[in-house]
Amino acid sequence: MKFALFTGCVAKGATRELMMATIKSAEGLGIDFVEMKSAACCGAGVISEKNPVLTDAINARTFALAEEQNLDLVTICSTCQGNLKKSEFQLDSDAEYKDKINHVLNPGGHQYRGGKIKIKHFSNILATPEGKELLRQKIKRPLTGLKTAAFYGCYVLRPSELSEYEDPDNPKELEELFEILGATPIYYPSRIKCCGFPIIMMNKEASHEMAGNALIEAVESGADCVVTGCPLCHLSLDSYQPEIENLREKQYSIPILHLPQLVALALGYSPEEIGMDKHIVSTAGLDKILAQHA
Amino acid sequence: MATFRIKRYNPEKRPDAYYEDFEYDFPEGATLLDCLNHIKWTQDGSLTYRMSCRSAICGSCGMKGNGHALLACQRQAAQLLKSGDQVITVEPLGNMPVIKDLVTDFKEFWEKVDQVKPYLQNKEKAPEQERQQSPEEFRKIDATSTCIMCGACYSDCNTLEVDKNFLGPAALAKAQRFVGDSRDHATRERIKELSKPGGMWDCTHCGECVERCPKPAEPFYRIKELMEVALNEGVTHNNGARHALSFVKSVKHSGRLNESKIPIESVGYFNIKGLLELVPVGLRMLLKLKIPPIFHKPIDDAKDVKRIFEEFGE
Repeated sequence: MKFALFTGCVAKGATRELMMATIKSAEGLGIDFVEMKSAACCGAGVISEKNPVLTDAINARTFALAEEQNLDLVTICSTCQGNLKKSEFQLDSDAEYKDKINHVLNPGGHQYRGGKIKIKHFSNILATPEGKELLRQKIKRPLTGLKTAAFYGCYVLRPSELSEYEDPDNPKELEELFEILGATPIYYPSRIKCCGFPIIMMNKEASHEMAGNALIEAVESGADCVVTGCPLCHLSLDSYQPEIENLREKQYSIPILHLPQLVALALGYSPEEIGMDKHIVSTAGLDKILAQHA
Repeated sequence: MATFRIKRYNPEKRPDAYYEDFEYDFPEGATLLDCLNHIKWTQDGSLTYRMSCRSAICGSCGMKGNGHALLACQRQAAQLLKSGDQVITVEPLGNMPVIKDLVTDFKEFWEKVDQVKPYLQNKEKAPEQERQQSPEEFRKIDATSTCIMCGACYSDCNTLEVDKNFLGPAALAKAQRFVGDSRDHATRERIKELSKPGGMWDCTHCGECVERCPKPAEPFYRIKELMEVALNEGVTHNNGARHALSFVKSVKHSGRLNESKIPIESVGYFNIKGLLELVPVGLRMLLKLKIPPIFHKPIDDAKDVKRIFEEFGE
């Protein structure tokens, strides 16, 4: 399997451990990721607040880059995934609009043709029958005894017509992956809700309350950790967990993992190799749980 | 045979809400509302809900089916059983107090709609005939004009679940109906008002309102249109607008987000209190080496991205 890897900004910055774990997961699974080093930010739903057409143009350029490599595009961020899919929809549903955008891309030597490549989140390629089979074959250390609570990230689920998940109102893909990895999935209502990150600069308290609701539900449902496919959710749930604890006057101390970290752990990589020491909330307790069941 | 697990509440008889199961082997094509009617008429006449048109026009029968807001008359019961389960859970709309069974109190919802001044403000003398619009002008407000005020978006809004001060998707969409109206003269005043705490910038982009809206109104997209007007009108003295401007500037210059700058530029360089609030998380991330590189590295061929930004006037 070979894909064009759209890293997104955060995996190259504030959650570099996500990038480390993605590289290791791909290595362990034998997936060939070709990093799209000249692809621009997806806009994160923020550039479109100022200029929606510009957002579609920079994303059309990204799609053109993947088309030039003749590779399907893989994202490792729910926000990137959702925003790229939105632009793809806009471009593919209006030929005149696509022509207008291509006219702007032309001096840079790129043209978006459309219909040639697919845009998938890392979890989507793992959740295919081939992906699941590959995981089953490559697991070296089943995550037996680990209770994992999925946190999907809004943008991969809504709007549902652009989602790559089977039933975005009741998704099961991450939980199915957890089971294949040997972990025990924990279901809780907030797993498909917002983490609050988009308003962390605008309405901090509301943002932390949203994240806090997810954390408390996961803890009370018996989860050992929360696993997310979105680095922005990770920032909200992990980096800001002390603020949330202060606001709620409660101690959660629940580790938050990136999906590729969970995969890489099951593939036998050490926590250090996949940046688990870079988290704000310590992940040391997870090692103990895994050691107990080893 | 399907089980309808309905959330019941009647404070005159019992102080707490509870679930009651009703069995009904509904015929093919029956909507959830058809099923509720059948249960009410044949099993329990006290079951209470709002309904009227049965055609997704009046917006009365908003409720939750399997945890998500919908119009009971617009959803076939069979669709709610698609997961293979034989149980359909029916609950009242969220983010509103419940009066009885599936009937909720829309008081706050309507107060928020009123708050956005949902009427045309035109300073010119009323013409003899109607004030006309071109089809292009109307297209800007066409989507919101379809809103039937059913409350589905309000029910599932993630911000409202934690902040009752938020105007909510329906009121903000209604505001766009007038901000985008070529005949309205209060755009700037409206945008200033809508930029305050509780307004457009408190929308958390969860997309629930788009997903639940039974019409093409899709409030989140209307909120984004309000943001575009705010940024282009220069109503930018707030964190939300500064965040968007910083974001655009950063991607324009390097092709990617400068995560070190954006929090600072969002709260504003002269906002000492806001900047101080960033210190704990900043230090914490620094200690874990999670702070993005000081020298912000651009993507390859960032020049081409900058050129595209300039082509679009940014």
